[in-house]
Amino acid sequence: MKVVVAIKQVPQRDAPVRIAADGKGIEERELQWAMNEPDAYALEEALQLKEQHGGEVMVVSAGPERVGSTIREALAKGADRGIHILCGGLGERDALGVARLLAAAIRPENPDLVFTGLQSEDVGMGQTGVILAELLGMPHATLILHVEETDSGLKVKRELEEGWFQEIELPLPAVLTMQSGGNKLRYTTLMGIKKARTKEILVVSAAELAGDATRVVTLEQIAAPKKQKTTQILTGPAKKAAKALVEKLKTEARVL
Amino acid sequence: MSVLAVLEEGGGKIKRASWEALTAALKLGAAQDVTAVVIGAQTEALAGEAAAKGVGKVVRIEHRLLAQYTADGFSSALQQLIQNQDATKWVVFPHSYQVRDYAPALACRMGQVLIGDVIAIEAGPTFTRQLMQGRLTGTYRHCGGGPCFVSVQAGAFRADGAETGAGAQAPIAIFTPALNAAQIRTKPGAPLRSAAQTVDLGSAHRIVSVGRGIQSTENIPIVRELAEALGAELAASRPICDNGWLPLERQVGSSGQTVSPKLYLAVGISGAIQHLVGMKGSQCIVAINKDANAPIFEVADYGIVGDLFEVVPALIEAVKAAN
Repeated sequence: MKVVVAIKQVPQRDAPVRIAADGKGIEERELQWAMNEPDAYALEEALQLKEQHGGEVMVVSAGPERVGSTIREALAKGADRGIHILCGGLGERDALGVARLLAAAIRPENPDLVFTGLQSEDVGMGQTGVILAELLGMPHATLILHVEETDSGLKVKRELEEGWFQEIELPLPAVLTMQSGGNKLRYTTLMGIKKARTKEILVVSAAELAGDATRVVTLEQIAAPKKQKTTQILTGPAKKAAKALVEKLKTEARVL
Repeated sequence: MSVLAVLEEGGGKIKRASWEALTAALKLGAAQDVTAVVIGAQTEALAGEAAAKGVGKVVRIEHRLLAQYTADGFSSALQQLIQNQDATKWVVFPHSYQVRDYAPALACRMGQVLIGDVIAIEAGPTFTRQLMQGRLTGTYRHCGGGPCFVSVQAGAFRADGAETGAGAQAPIAIFTPALNAAQIRTKPGAPLRSAAQTVDLGSAHRIVSVGRGIQSTENIPIVRELAEALGAELAASRPICDNGWLPLERQVGSSGQTVSPKLYLAVGISGAIQHLVGMKGSQCIVAINKDANAPIFEVADYGIVGDLFEVVPALIEAVKAAN
């Protein structure tokens, strides 16, 4: 089976983020980057399918030059090759614009299965996979925890709200967006890093793929969130703060 | 300009988050221009519920192939309704798992992009949604023609915003989309629970909840001890359950349980959106986190900024001393 995994590079979790001067993006200097965690789960599922049934795993990612390191990380974990869609920050495009780029890169590969994470940890639109399916003319299923091959295609386990699940059967080719927690993520090994050096990364420019970046939805302004509550921060050494907190919970909040 | 509010059913009734979506729809147009839409194979009772909410009208999209939700069935049916109506400007949904599964595809078919997980609608209109796991917010605007698709975050709008109390019933129409079985490519199974739920966090008065900050499974006992000292149930954010450090049934958030105890004490939880929607209704929220900018402090009543490995043992001692 030929599997494509669409991955995104996002700012490292808990990295301090500052709003850029134009108020429309975040300050990228000094920022550390990482693979979007739900996409890491998508990659893990693809690698496990390959280990069980053979085939090929290809990763595709869009963004500036820095994205190459995340593609290389995926290759080090076991993906066979990568496509890097070279473009400016993804903020220049809306979700449809980004999905169009990915679809244009994926289409000629004729994959049996396309994976991606259920959402990104930065913009969190949670729609790239679903739009991708629509553009590729494939059926899709979202929030998937487990994938099983059947005679007629796939049987997947989908997460529903409030602790419920459901099984869905769908034919191939298909697009799946993966939820976290279905697998354990593997670590990158030294051997993997070594092997990745000789694996191919095809770099294509966004203009070659799909020039149309007209936005239907624009991001006007980024701001710090409005506080929903006044928080009393208890300061001082741990013992003092803990004692003050218990006192507040007893006499002020009356929850102890 | 008309506004559609697409309502979702659960257990034979309109879900609460859908009434919140209706409130959001009423911010985008006058009540007489708002149409509530229900979808299914038998929608009479649902339509009756919606008709009492002071909307202009109710449309029942009904077809036997819509008995069970599928992305293909729902997208196609709604697309047909929108194309059949005059000048639909806004289509508003609750940001549910179901909507996330099909609304982006529906929007794409119509050359549009869903503005998802919206927490506020201001004059313009502009739509505010959270970025960077709630550390920032972004204001979005729809440009160009055609309908704009919007989904709203659970709890961001009032569920009773649409009540009229006048007892007037809006007119109800039935719309039958053209669907055939071959169009529906996925075969969904019935909902199931993987294991018997033995923990009912929903009825707990106090909850101590633990997140990534705990670092490893070996450290779980310190928060368990705190929970015991407080007479609280132990809960967790998703990564803890993903790692198998606590069972899935102790997970709080959009994919786990929704809780509103008297006391919710979050230890080492940064407060991603998916977690906050499951606990922000708690009466008193306490956050212990080393990062003063963690979004959990946006909703906390009390906070201690510090190393949980120092604060939690001190807290256990203080609670025991006070008991």
